[in-house]
Amino acid sequence: MTLRTGVEVSIALADAVKMCNPDVIAAYPITPQTHIVEHLAELVANGELDAEYIPVESEHSAMSACLGSSASGARTFTATSSQGLALMNEVLYVAAPMRLPIVMALANRALSAPLSIWGDHSDMMSIRDTGWIQIVTENGQQAVDNTIIAFRVAEDPRVLLPAIVHLDGFNLTHVVEPIIFPEQADVDKFLPKYKFPLPLNPDKPVAMGEFTPPFIFMEAKWAQEVNLKNSKKVILQVWDEFQKIFGRKYLPVEKYHSDGAKVLLMTMGSSGETASVAIDELRKEGVDVGQIRLRLWRPFPFEELREAVKDADVLIVMDRSISFGGPGGPLASEVKAALYNQAKKPKVVSYVISLGGRDTTVSGFKDIVKKGTEIAAKGSQNEYEIYGVRE
Amino acid sequence: MAKSENELTWKDLEIGNIVTDVKNEGSARRYESGTWRSQRPTYDFNKCIKCGLCALYCPEGCIGQNKEGNFEADLFYCKGCGICARECWPKVIKMVEEVE
Repeated sequence: MTLRTGVEVSIALADAVKMCNPDVIAAYPITPQTHIVEHLAELVANGELDAEYIPVESEHSAMSACLGSSASGARTFTATSSQGLALMNEVLYVAAPMRLPIVMALANRALSAPLSIWGDHSDMMSIRDTGWIQIVTENGQQAVDNTIIAFRVAEDPRVLLPAIVHLDGFNLTHVVEPIIFPEQADVDKFLPKYKFPLPLNPDKPVAMGEFTPPFIFMEAKWAQEVNLKNSKKVILQVWDEFQKIFGRKYLPVEKYHSDGAKVLLMTMGSSGETASVAIDELRKEGVDVGQIRLRLWRPFPFEELREAVKDADVLIVMDRSISFGGPGGPLASEVKAALYNQAKKPKVVSYVISLGGRDTTVSGFKDIVKKGTEIAAKGSQNEYEIYGVRE
Repeated sequence: MAKSENELTWKDLEIGNIVTDVKNEGSARRYESGTWRSQRPTYDFNKCIKCGLCALYCPEGCIGQNKEGNFEADLFYCKGCGICARECWPKVIKMVEEVE
């Protein structure tokens, strides 16, 4: 019987990073990511983790240091949140086309202004097109598991791409959860040594990040796109292999009582667990409703999504950020785009919820299912609905 | 590179667009930045005192001494900015419009 330990999720995630034996950690503390990097700094300072901890002066420098260390063939980790991620933005774009498998934990938090340290997905959406693999977790165990998985996927010779593990700020980072820690020997077996094929090496000089004239730029961008799309196959394989060793299964689109249900609630991140309780209660009350949870945000799992919703009449999509002046929820617009050309598809209702740490409770999700089903039947003039705003 | 520029596909790119042949393909030496020029430096070498100020100021680093020891831009790289002409106090260098 594997032991469950009660531990704060940030500490657990840092301990998972330690089990992956990184060579370099370059990070700058920011709420609600702080405990992750604080604990890693402590592990390095105490001699429990043999890694270089680079206490940089900003997130821009953190990601720049990560590029260099990853390019030299060092296993590299960083973590940030919100404004820190915004400051990293310029450098984030560089990692994917240069094929540097940096792993980052992102404690999802609202972007200013107004200033908020609490959770939502506006930071996640701000870096959507940076080309990073993005896994979205729902609880502490998933964050721990997928940190180890992220290193394995990112460093796979068929992938070599940077990867982000998303975990909601406070709702996950600052709660104590029962965590099953894997055995170190199993992690070592699961995660082979990182080997970059053409590392920075003075004895065999290479040029990285070269100036690219118009005659070859589009080919370089297409190589990046093909590479990220192809990574899905490897992610699925690695998740399978993880299940074989550690017993926990991950899928790009996870189903909860969704097969055959006419109404589906779609969530991404920690709110999914609260929504599941609402689904349980509604089903007891006789409502024909199920849930799907998106685990893989990039590369986007088009086929799995289409398969999961093909028999539903209504799909109510939860977003924790707004595309201002646009279609509302970024996840909902992605889902609409994925389904638009399908002959048979559910009506999609887009709901923006839980911005800047506002809780959506079980009764809130039940209310959303009821209202969303009515909107799907009657139609609405709104591009999207926003839940719980006082008018 | 065996293939010409227009034959290269995305599959021909090295991983992460890394250039392994740093002496040839990876070198800016092959890049003809001289095609950007709209003006070209001309010289009255009778006035040249070989001080080398033009070479010091040249942002392209493309000015060197010719056989006679006079300083002259390599037009393969010279972008025609005119800084050398402005800095040359004996007035050796004069910029003229490039014409086809």
